[in-house]
Amino acid sequence: MKLECKHVWEHISEYIDGGVDAKLREDIERHLEHCEICSAILDSTRNILILTADNRTFELPVGYSERLHKRLAKELESSEKDSKKD
Amino acid sequence: MEMTGTTEAGLIARILAGEKELFHELIRPYERMVYVTLFSIVRNETEAEDGAQEAIISAYRHLASFRGDAKFSTWLTTIAINEGRKRLRRTKGAVEDSIEEKEESHEGDYTPAPLTDWREIPLEALERKELREALRVAVTELPGIYRQVFTLRDLEELNIDETAQALGITTGAVKVRLHRARIMLQKRLVPYLKTTAPARRRFFGRAL
Ligand SMILES: [Zn+2]
Repeated sequence: MKLECKHVWEHISEYIDGGVDAKLREDIERHLEHCEICSAILDSTRNILILTADNRTFELPVGYSERLHKRLAKELESSEKDSKKD
Repeated sequence: MEMTGTTEAGLIARILAGEKELFHELIRPYERMVYVTLFSIVRNETEAEDGAQEAIISAYRHLASFRGDAKFSTWLTTIAINEGRKRLRRTKGAVEDSIEEKEESHEGDYTPAPLTDWREIPLEALERKELREALRVAVTELPGIYRQVFTLRDLEELNIDETAQALGITTGAVKVRLHRARIMLQKRLVPYLKTTAPARRRFFGRAL
C-alpha cells in the first residue's frame, strides 16, 4: 500500500518510539526514501527532542543540590531523635 | 545513570534498617528528575525547588511503603507529581491549566510544519542562550496535559507504561498526548530553529 504524507505524520511519534508494527514501519520507510518533506519533518522532530532533553536546556537553579542535601540532613537528624525517643 | 536493581534495592533495605545517611546517596541520581517534574507542573523555579525538597523528604518519610513492584524512579515521580498538583491547587485553585483536563478538549489540527531545507542543529548550539531559551519557552507553554507527558517521557525518559502509571492515565492517552506535544513543539520550533541554524555539517540524524 502506498502511504500518503498525512498518514506518515499521524504515526510520526510512534515511529520515533519504535512503536509501529513491522509492516507499517516498512511502508513508512519506503515513503521516506522518496519524500523530502516527510524526511525533513521526521529529522526536525527528532532533533528537537534531542535538544530539549539536553541538560543544558532545563538547568537546575544554582545551589539546588547543596540546599536539598542540607535540608535532608536536618530531616535525617530529627528522625534520628524521634526513633531514639521510641 | 541508572543504578542496578540490586544496588538500589540494597541501599533501600539498608536505609530502612537504620543507615539513614545512605538516603543522600539513594536520591542523588534523581535530584534533577524530581526538580524537572515539579517545574513541568508549577512552572516557577522557586516553587519547583521548594516542591522538590518536600517531595524528596516525603519520599524519605514514606520509604517503608515503597514495595519494589514499581521502579523506585516511578514511585518517586508519582510523589513529585502529587506535590506539584498540591502546589498548583494552592496557588491557582486549579482553574487554569487543569490537570484533570482530557485531550478530547483539544481537538484540532496536529499536523507538523512542512519543510524541505532542514538543517540539523548540532548539540553545541545549546551553548547559545537564546536557543536554550526558545526550547524552554516552547516546552513550558505547552498545555498542561501535554507538557507533563512530554516531560516524563522525553525529558526524563520514562517509558510509556511508567508515564501512564505515574500520571494515572491510560497508555493510549500517553501516546495521543505525546504525539500532540511533539508535533506542537515541531511546529513551533522549526521556524525558529531554521533561522538560527548555523551553516555547518550535520552532527547526527540522517546524512544529507
Ligand atoms: Zn511524505
